[in-house]
Amino acid sequence: MATTDWTVRAITRAMLPVLLVLTVIEIGSGLVLGTFEGDLLRYPSLLILVPVTIGTAGNLGSILAARLSTAFHLGTLSFAPDDDMLAGNALATVALALTVFPIIGVGAWGLAVVTGGARLTAGTVVLVAVSSGAILAVLAVVVTAIATYAAYRRGLDPDDVVIPVVTNTCDVLGVVVLFAVVRIVIG
Amino acid sequence: MTRRSVAVEAYKEGVPALSASLVGGLLAGVVLGGMRSDLQTIDGLLVLVPALLATRGNVYGSLGARIATALHQGLLEPRVSEADDALLRAVAAAISNGLLASVFAAVVATLALLSLGRPSAGLFTFAAISIVAGLLSGIALATTVVFVVFAGYRRGYNPDTLVGPLVTTAGDVFGMAALLLAVRVVILLGGG
Repeated sequence: MATTDWTVRAITRAMLPVLLVLTVIEIGSGLVLGTFEGDLLRYPSLLILVPVTIGTAGNLGSILAARLSTAFHLGTLSFAPDDDMLAGNALATVALALTVFPIIGVGAWGLAVVTGGARLTAGTVVLVAVSSGAILAVLAVVVTAIATYAAYRRGLDPDDVVIPVVTNTCDVLGVVVLFAVVRIVIG
Repeated sequence: MTRRSVAVEAYKEGVPALSASLVGGLLAGVVLGGMRSDLQTIDGLLVLVPALLATRGNVYGSLGARIATALHQGLLEPRVSEADDALLRAVAAAISNGLLASVFAAVVATLALLSLGRPSAGLFTFAAISIVAGLLSGIALATTVVFVVFAGYRRGYNPDTLVGPLVTTAGDVFGMAALLLAVRVVILLGGG
């Protein structure tokens, strides 16, 4: 695509339909967020956790999706559950989540202390962050593998569809999992 | 490659992007934490937050990817002073699509809250917040994406790997900061 094709109309035609569908999905995750707004307002550290949990979940998915897409294009990926490429990437996703989410938990708690008081203990916030992260990593692997496989079966280029779909699905799952974990841990 | 070497390589490759999104996400969280009174003033505001943040990532991630590809193909000079009409049109398209999606999010949020019988500040307030936030974050993000991707490319970085972490981090921070400003402006003007 030459840059002469860069017209507002052409770009909009390619982007807007997907964007509007994703917006509806994200409003769905906003509605879930709305159902535990009371808890989020009561405990500032949980409110601080919201964007970073959503963002990290989406990123875990998009990194994995980009790698599986490339492996698929290079012909080094088969969709067997014991495929080394698939299993190695799945393992790395879980390991990345277990590295990052403890830091996220401590960070959210610390920032809440600095900016107006944390009402939950550091241990509780870290527990919420790490449990959410571990569950989200597993879900990200499942969603990405399914989306990449579906794109492959339908003859679509995984680069075009899988990354936005996976990123936004993981965003939504980020909110749902955080909600479930908060309900279980805080009650 | 063995399973272990695949995992090690994927892990190493993921760390920088995730570290960037961690910093951006926590900063965005601090801004959201500072908006507790705004969230109480404007009923249903929290419902809009994920959609507005995701729109920033989707729209400006796509702008960045477009610019990165054009740089790779030698179709674009990596200097803002030599920016041509095509680049300006791509930026204009990104900002207008971001605005359209934000207003659409306001409409969907209003309808959803209405049909669920949950309290809502109403379409006018939501749309006003979405437009102001979309414009502010759009200008900030388009500028950041163009300048950083150009500068990175001139210094020999692969623009493709730069775009992801950049947009996630800047999108979260500018997205939330713009939302905070927009909400305060709308409250000041009597909305909410």
